[in-house]
Amino acid sequence: MQNMISIKDLHKSYQIGNNSLHVLKGINFEVKEGDFVSIMGSSGSGKSTLLNILGILDEADKGEYWLDGVLIKNLNEKVAAQYRNEFLGFIFQSFNLINYKSALDNVALPLYYQGIKRKERTEKAMHYLEKVGLADWATHTPNELSGGQKQRVAIARALASNPKVLLADEPTGALDSKTSYEVMELIQAINDEGKTILVVTHEHDIAQMTKRIVHLKDGLVTDDKIVEQVRAAAYV
Amino acid sequence: MFSLERWEEIFETLSRNKLRAFLTGLSVSSGIFILVILLGVSRGMQNGIEKEFQQDAVTEVEVWTGTTTVGYKGLNPGRDIQLKNEDFEYSSKKFKSQIDKKSGYYGLWSVVMNYKKENGSYEMAGVHPDFQNIENASMVDGRFVNANDIANYEKVIVIGNRVKLDLFKDKNPIGEYINLTGIPFKVIGYYTDPGGEREETRTYVPITTAQRVFNGGNNLRLMSFTIAPAATFEQAVLESDFFSKELEKNMKERHTVAPEDMSAIRVFNTLDEAKRIYDLLNYIDLFFWFVGICTIIAGVVGVGNIMIIVVKERTKEIGIRKAIGAKPASIIGMILQEAIFITFIAGFFGLFVGLLLLEVVGPQIQSDFFSNPEVDMGVAIKTIFILIIAGAFAGFFPAYRAAKIKPIIALRDE
Repeated sequence: MQNMISIKDLHKSYQIGNNSLHVLKGINFEVKEGDFVSIMGSSGSGKSTLLNILGILDEADKGEYWLDGVLIKNLNEKVAAQYRNEFLGFIFQSFNLINYKSALDNVALPLYYQGIKRKERTEKAMHYLEKVGLADWATHTPNELSGGQKQRVAIARALASNPKVLLADEPTGALDSKTSYEVMELIQAINDEGKTILVVTHEHDIAQMTKRIVHLKDGLVTDDKIVEQVRAAAYV
Repeated sequence: MFSLERWEEIFETLSRNKLRAFLTGLSVSSGIFILVILLGVSRGMQNGIEKEFQQDAVTEVEVWTGTTTVGYKGLNPGRDIQLKNEDFEYSSKKFKSQIDKKSGYYGLWSVVMNYKKENGSYEMAGVHPDFQNIENASMVDGRFVNANDIANYEKVIVIGNRVKLDLFKDKNPIGEYINLTGIPFKVIGYYTDPGGEREETRTYVPITTAQRVFNGGNNLRLMSFTIAPAATFEQAVLESDFFSKELEKNMKERHTVAPEDMSAIRVFNTLDEAKRIYDLLNYIDLFFWFVGICTIIAGVVGVGNIMIIVVKERTKEIGIRKAIGAKPASIIGMILQEAIFITFIAGFFGLFVGLLLLEVVGPQIQSDFFSNPEVDMGVAIKTIFILIIAGAFAGFFPAYRAAKIKPIIALRDE
């Protein structure tokens, strides 16, 4: 199978005052299509920076990043936005929904930026809301939803543009464990359908629900192993 | 720009901050309102002036002579310049197409006139028939001097209403004879003049008679012309100005007077005064535009300020939008469109209220030099154009700022 993500010798430093902080010190790894990877590491290990680079929200200083055979380098903002929209779906710890828009409109937003017509957009968005089990909540705004529901809307939004890769940054970080497992069950189901997913987490039980765990420490990959996936359904 | 969702979003954001949107709009509204009122007032003043000068309708140009003050072509200063009949004939012919009414003048300021036992001292003016129109004298009874009188040196006289009252009381003067220094003149008519009683103490005789009887030879004291009516006031000003300059130049050439000599040949143009006021009005107009635009700028800066706050408040939202694929142009468009929208709607409201006020209050104002304040279509369109530009300006910096927002910074959890 083809590599969905391929990273070669990735370096990234931040300038803080007069000091240069070397966050990523040469990261190499590959993710195959349909893989389900969790990236673990303590805070400061560089996992968020890595995710930002993978998400084309930030750019590496050195090294190569191939996404589905496309080299991601020196993109202008317009192209970056377009790649984010077409290739990637984001799931954030704090959901990052637009508060004054209904769940349906939130899910439809990536489609709006693809220039899809309103009717088709609404149909697609509704389809993904059904998929995450929130069709009845379509007209509600995020502050009328529970944390778990918000994250489901966010997942539906991430799926809406049918991206190649889902990037989840601590998707269960703001949820209690029961809700966390429900959300993970949903994410697992999405992976079962063949979607490539990367999850950043520092919770072991969440990491165990993926198929592969990559450990980061001080900007380097220290451990990369395939694990026996624990089905979240078992906990629910 | 015209996508429905964009508008929906604008209405959504505005309705979430009604008070803020209202206050922001108010500053633009009042700016446009003030501009419209100022322009209306300026136009009212213009209309008033035009009316004031158009009432006379007489765009009169007078020429008279004096003594040269500058030596010219070997001639010494101090020469007396005298207008002659030939000057009048020459001018009449040369400027035939421009001239409407024309008359020479030869007369005496004070002539003792008596009818039976009544007598008085009045101005005797020898004129051509057109002088009636130049002076706006309207006949109460009888007729004015005509071409026939001129040709035959008739001793006939037209008297003012005051003269008639002094000499004839209630009696009809037509056909009676009055003596001018012992010479009998037949009264052929009497007139009133809108200029008032002073103008009605004048008497008119044929110019040829005046020259012959009072030793005038072929001398003229002055020449009066009115120019053919022009389509607009401005054009009239231009034409009369051109005519009086040409006339002056010609007369100076005929009498060998230096072009810069101001006292030998003088030309008075009634529209000169009007022109000066008209020029002043143009400056006032310009000043009003300046003040109005400054007020709009103040309003626009307000809008820009608010939009910066809006962008700041929506930093996270803009970050989210960018993360899920919003292109910078789309973000700029969103902010810009909102700014233009607020400015435009608020400005339009100000324009409307201003026009309404001019429409309602304008006709109530009755004053000389001020009438019918209004703003014409061209100006209204100009203001709307200004509004759109202003809105774009107001939105530009906030939009630019929004476009620069980096999603990773915007999305960072606090």
